[in-house]
Amino acid sequence: MLTTIKTRFVAVGLATVLGAASAQAADITGAGATFIYPILSKWSDSYNNATGNKINYQSIGSGGGIAQIKAGTVVFGSSDKPLSPDELKDAGLAQFPSVIGGVVPVVNVEGIDAGKLKFTGPLLADIYQGKITKWNDPAIAQINSGVTLPDQNITIVHRSDGSGTTFNFVNYLSKVSPEWKSKVGEGTSVSWPVGVGGKGNEGVAAYVKQIKGSVGYVELAYALQNKMTYASLQNSAGQFVQPSLASFQAAAASADWKNAQDFHLVITNAPGENSWPITATNFILVYKQPKNSAGTKAALDFFKWAYDNGGKQAEELDYVPLPKALTEQIEAYWQAQIQL
Amino acid sequence: MAASPTTAIPASVVDAGRRAGSDARADGAFRWFVAAAAFIVLCALAGTAFSMLWGGREAFATFGPGFLTSTDWDPVNHKFGALVPIYGTLVTAAIAMLIAVPVSFGIALFLTEVAPNWLRGPVSAAIELLAGIPSIIYGMWGLFVFVPIMGEYVVPWLNDHLGPLPLIGSLFSGPPLGIGMLTAGIVLAIMVIPFISSVMREVFLTVPTRLKESAYALGSTTWEVVWDIVLPYTRSGVIGGIFLGLGRALGETMAVTFVLGNTHRLAASLLEPGNSIAATIANEFAEADSDLYRSSLIAIGFVLFIVTFIVLAAAKLMLRRLSRQEGAK
Repeated sequence: MLTTIKTRFVAVGLATVLGAASAQAADITGAGATFIYPILSKWSDSYNNATGNKINYQSIGSGGGIAQIKAGTVVFGSSDKPLSPDELKDAGLAQFPSVIGGVVPVVNVEGIDAGKLKFTGPLLADIYQGKITKWNDPAIAQINSGVTLPDQNITIVHRSDGSGTTFNFVNYLSKVSPEWKSKVGEGTSVSWPVGVGGKGNEGVAAYVKQIKGSVGYVELAYALQNKMTYASLQNSAGQFVQPSLASFQAAAASADWKNAQDFHLVITNAPGENSWPITATNFILVYKQPKNSAGTKAALDFFKWAYDNGGKQAEELDYVPLPKALTEQIEAYWQAQIQL
Repeated sequence: MAASPTTAIPASVVDAGRRAGSDARADGAFRWFVAAAAFIVLCALAGTAFSMLWGGREAFATFGPGFLTSTDWDPVNHKFGALVPIYGTLVTAAIAMLIAVPVSFGIALFLTEVAPNWLRGPVSAAIELLAGIPSIIYGMWGLFVFVPIMGEYVVPWLNDHLGPLPLIGSLFSGPPLGIGMLTAGIVLAIMVIPFISSVMREVFLTVPTRLKESAYALGSTTWEVVWDIVLPYTRSGVIGGIFLGLGRALGETMAVTFVLGNTHRLAASLLEPGNSIAATIANEFAEADSDLYRSSLIAIGFVLFIVTFIVLAAAKLMLRRLSRQEGAK
């Protein structure tokens, strides 16, 4: 008797919960890049508090995100590498940026503090090709007058896992070094000429911290939170800039989004005096004619909310919110391209 | 079932007949059940092998047998070869076994023959606890604690003392990174020691006391008892334990990934970074963006399957030969 009452009670409770949930909009499912996972979970938490809608995002990697959206198992996919307009057309997908971040070179050289060492793009490409093997090489010393460089071997650290961070880093190297472009090329993982591979940002950070004379690349948030010795980089305008939210914002604003079809633009080596050269964008993929139009609409509402209200939270986590002009362009793109 | 006690005699006779029938049925059902349980294992094995072969068919078709001998791993230009990961897997596992087998042997012997009784329980429990630690913990420990020690002290020492030696010198010369195949092998050894030593301890306990006591009575030392009585008696169990550890060492993923360096380059030195099959798959599967790339990763999974199979088959053959020699004596 007691059990029946209990069961009934539970059943009623369950029905209430389910009823309440179904009264609100459906869950928004997404999958893809790990890069945006921290900010996406923060946004979805606030969004859930504000509207009651839930975002269920699985950070399985950009490759997985693209595969999942193409298979139609999620409402939106996410990738650190933009798909070409042709590929989008074939799959019937629309693409737009979500948030901006950046990649910074980090070093472990005795006596050198954060921001003191300078690199140029071609120099970084030569180091990552193993052509420059010592820290006191004239090529490094030339642009770093006033910095004491040791007679020490350079150990290169790269990502061992496929990663959007790697994609943006090698995309930049390909843009500034024809030799890198022809010999190594770009991708979420590449055939590294030299060096050791660490798994994830944390793996690269740990190797750079432990191996004396090493150089690696991590996301800005990682470099700042772990107090790593980052280096400044020469941008396309010839200026040496420090990695910071301001220099990322400058790159995002000066990038030529207006002429980029389907936002197919990698904003590394962006023009502008203050632009950080390895700035990275994350992209969201949705269907242009979605079967689940309610879900897609809910997802777009979420991103609209994030553009309007999520900027402060993004900056707290060392991401750069999209500039106003860009979010307006994105909303116009939604209107024109996505049929709900 | 509900037979009343007053009609016990005739009912039990009837029951016996009935029971013989139902027993036979139950027996048949039981036989089917255990056969099905065993069959599931075979199905899973065949299914795994086939689905990996099927998933890797594109890589095998594109690269042919050259897939096994090529050191290329270039996702940009879609060129893949399995030699570097195969080499890394075998070398790290070999280093691990070289260290783990003697140490486990020592632990098991200490616990069964030498240690005072009050110590045996706690130490055995500690070993079994070690076996339950997730491998990522070993990886993190390796990366943050062990790698700096290797880079700071061990590798420079090896460079200075073993590096100049002929033949093996090239194995022990390299940059003092701290990460590499030797480090991975040592971390693997620490991981498999609990497995091997607990199996060894269990089988050593099965040696009849009267055999050992007879040997002691004849004036044998502890070592002689172990070498001439305990080991021959338990040989198949000991080898089984070693291969349990070897299987684990070949397939270990996370711990190796953190300390191996994940570099697709064939290096003669054990101090250089390398790559293993399991680490390559774990690192690259999530972002493998072309079909050929993904297929190549599944294909090296199949290769690992084959490598493990060959190693275990070799072990079985060795065991059979040993027991035949035993018969000849």
